[in-house]
Amino acid sequence: MDLDPVLLSRLQFAFTISFHIIFPSFTIGLSAYIATLEVLHLATGREVYRRISVLWIKIFAVSFVMGVVSGIVLSYELGTNWSRFSLFAGNIVGPLAGYEVLAAFFLEATFLSILLFGRDRVPPWLFAFAAVAVSLGTATSAFWILAANSWMHTPAGHEVRGGVAYPLDWLAVVFNPSFPYRFAHMLNASFLTAGFAVLAVGARYVLAGRHPDEARTMLRMAIGLTAVLAPLQLLIGDQHGLNTLAHQPIKIAAMEAHWDGSKPGDFYVFAWPDEKAETNRFAISIPRGSSLVLKHDPDGLFPGLKSVPPQDRPPVVSVFFAFRIMLAVGGYMIAAALFGVWLIWRGRLDTTRWYLRIVAQTWWVGFVAVIAGWVVTESGRQPWVVQDVLRTADAVSPVPAAIVATTLALFVLVYLTVFSAGSYYINRLLAKGVPEHPPEPAVAGPHLSIRFGDKP
Amino acid sequence: MEWYLPLIWAAIIGIAVAMYVILDGFDLGIGILFPFSRNETERDQMVQSIAPFWDGNETWLVLGGVGLLVAFPRAYAIVMPALYIPVIVMLLGLVFRGVAFEFRLHARRKLGWNLAFMLGSLVAAFCQGLILGGLIQGLRVENGVFFGGPLDWATPFSFLCGAGVVVGYALLGATWLVMKTDGEVAARGRTQAKVLLVGVLAFMAVVSFWTPFAIERVFLRWFMLPNILLLWPVPLIAALTAWYGWRALEGGREVAPFVSAIALFLLGYLGLVISTFPYLVPPSLTIWDTAAAPASQIFMLLGTLLLLPMVLGYTVMVYWLFRGKVRAGESYH
Repeated sequence: MDLDPVLLSRLQFAFTISFHIIFPSFTIGLSAYIATLEVLHLATGREVYRRISVLWIKIFAVSFVMGVVSGIVLSYELGTNWSRFSLFAGNIVGPLAGYEVLAAFFLEATFLSILLFGRDRVPPWLFAFAAVAVSLGTATSAFWILAANSWMHTPAGHEVRGGVAYPLDWLAVVFNPSFPYRFAHMLNASFLTAGFAVLAVGARYVLAGRHPDEARTMLRMAIGLTAVLAPLQLLIGDQHGLNTLAHQPIKIAAMEAHWDGSKPGDFYVFAWPDEKAETNRFAISIPRGSSLVLKHDPDGLFPGLKSVPPQDRPPVVSVFFAFRIMLAVGGYMIAAALFGVWLIWRGRLDTTRWYLRIVAQTWWVGFVAVIAGWVVTESGRQPWVVQDVLRTADAVSPVPAAIVATTLALFVLVYLTVFSAGSYYINRLLAKGVPEHPPEPAVAGPHLSIRFGDKP
Repeated sequence: MEWYLPLIWAAIIGIAVAMYVILDGFDLGIGILFPFSRNETERDQMVQSIAPFWDGNETWLVLGGVGLLVAFPRAYAIVMPALYIPVIVMLLGLVFRGVAFEFRLHARRKLGWNLAFMLGSLVAAFCQGLILGGLIQGLRVENGVFFGGPLDWATPFSFLCGAGVVVGYALLGATWLVMKTDGEVAARGRTQAKVLLVGVLAFMAVVSFWTPFAIERVFLRWFMLPNILLLWPVPLIAALTAWYGWRALEGGREVAPFVSAIALFLLGYLGLVISTFPYLVPPSLTIWDTAAAPASQIFMLLGTLLLLPMVLGYTVMVYWLFRGKVRAGESYH
């Protein structure tokens, strides 16, 4: 069998980064929720906030550690598997990643220790501050890594000399054309991911009749948040799409399976894009739907896939379906959140058991939407690793295919083990529920005790 | 500017790597010493002594890797593919030991995650030694691209370095236990540290004789005039440090053994820097050959000057906050 090192490195990177993205997309939102709870507890003194926070900090710790270890892998894989990309883009991507490490990673790691072990060693205000610092750290991390990623989609502020990109204007590099949209879209996605996880856990406890105060508070906070953010995500996504149309029109053509740019685009509810025949099979479509969304005009034209030669097109099937999965999940989120608001308004939230049963089962929707969204944007950029500048095939390291195949197999084995164990422990923590007697906060000041704090 | 920016960056990355080796060294060392513990209470005590610190410690490894990409992308693009296998295996080791910190808290039966913690630490340490050895012995480069085979790093010398790093980290771990724990764990740490100290000295001696006689440029660096006149105190100070560490272990001191283990590491590190500077990819590419665009180095330097003191500040804060000893039986549950 002849193995293709480019394909194998792509598979390995796709696998390791998809595994990684699960955790930050959850912990960015969750850390903001924990920070909110701790600040609310500090401000109101209500114990219910602290008890909810104690539960979620435990979940956070398990998720965060998986995010940390899978993230370290990525910082080295850029070199081990994509050395020619590093050579080409090191001057640009390097400093952005460097800012991420210095501004975010150390902040998260350090203040997380306080969050995990410091409840009875630091004054309450410092504990709340640590929660805010961790949350800021996760969001800062997203800022820098998305700046780097967005530059790969819409490179700006640089020039290429002798096969190497050189920075000309750092503001233009960081705030490249797609960055504001991508950052807003991803940050909002993280909040929604955590929101639907909290919603599910709250619903699960209400259904089981456990922790009534905590469960109801979680339900209401989650519905309140998602009812604003889920519709907002539709708006941000729409704007992001228009931005993509302006800068990466072929990606949009793949998302819509739009082959012929001389005709207005239909919106395909379902279809099987046939890349060989350059047409869609089994199509169910809304005529001119895509033109209406993208050009705000049923007769509007936008480039089709056939406007570039086949070797310059992304893989249409995966981009097309991933986009539809993301849309479907988004629609569900909006419906679930708004219906929740209606139930709260009618005072029937805690008794509408069918609704609670559904949302208790759909803790995973955010994760699926995030992964689908990343497939859309990353597969949609192919065959380029830096849009119109560097092809993925020219970015790979000089490592034999057999070796990459071996490490890919190892990654799959290790990550599946870690992932199964991690989700098993998270589920058990949730089954255990809110601790009956969470540790009391320090009464006698921060430094009197020299023993190590119990884990909250 | 183009001359001293790479020098500044070499210093920053040198500091980051030294920070990493010392900080993650002692917590990887705890994992390496895990098989010598007697029961779960002792293992909890050992893990507890590093639990608040390990994540921050490991972040220095990310800074080292990313720092290399920032400041010397051409070196990053050669070294990583050349050392593909040890780098990836090290990362997998770190994955296992990292999650073990959390997972063993929640597991009903801890054996599996204890093993993951121990083997992960051991494998990560050994691979770091392989990477070090692979770098010192040099990489085959043509036209700025790695041109060797995927197993070029696998030599007796790199395996020796691997074993040396394992023993060295174990020494840091043992002296950490002397300082941060009490009872049986601390007492055993003291005994282990003495054995490990002798082991580390042996490895340092072998590497110190091996490299100059196997690699000519290292020989010239150390033994040419006037270098030898300037450099002869380095091994002498290392010997004195080891002797001081031994006395401190014998004399029942608690902090001094850890400090002298750190000093010994720094001296070994200094020796390696002396042997290879200014080559970043020996034997062909220097820090100047592999440097990033000055605009990139300056942009990141500004951030580093602002952020690194803050990072050091809150690192110190956490070590201060969680100072004192972890006593037996104090665990999470």
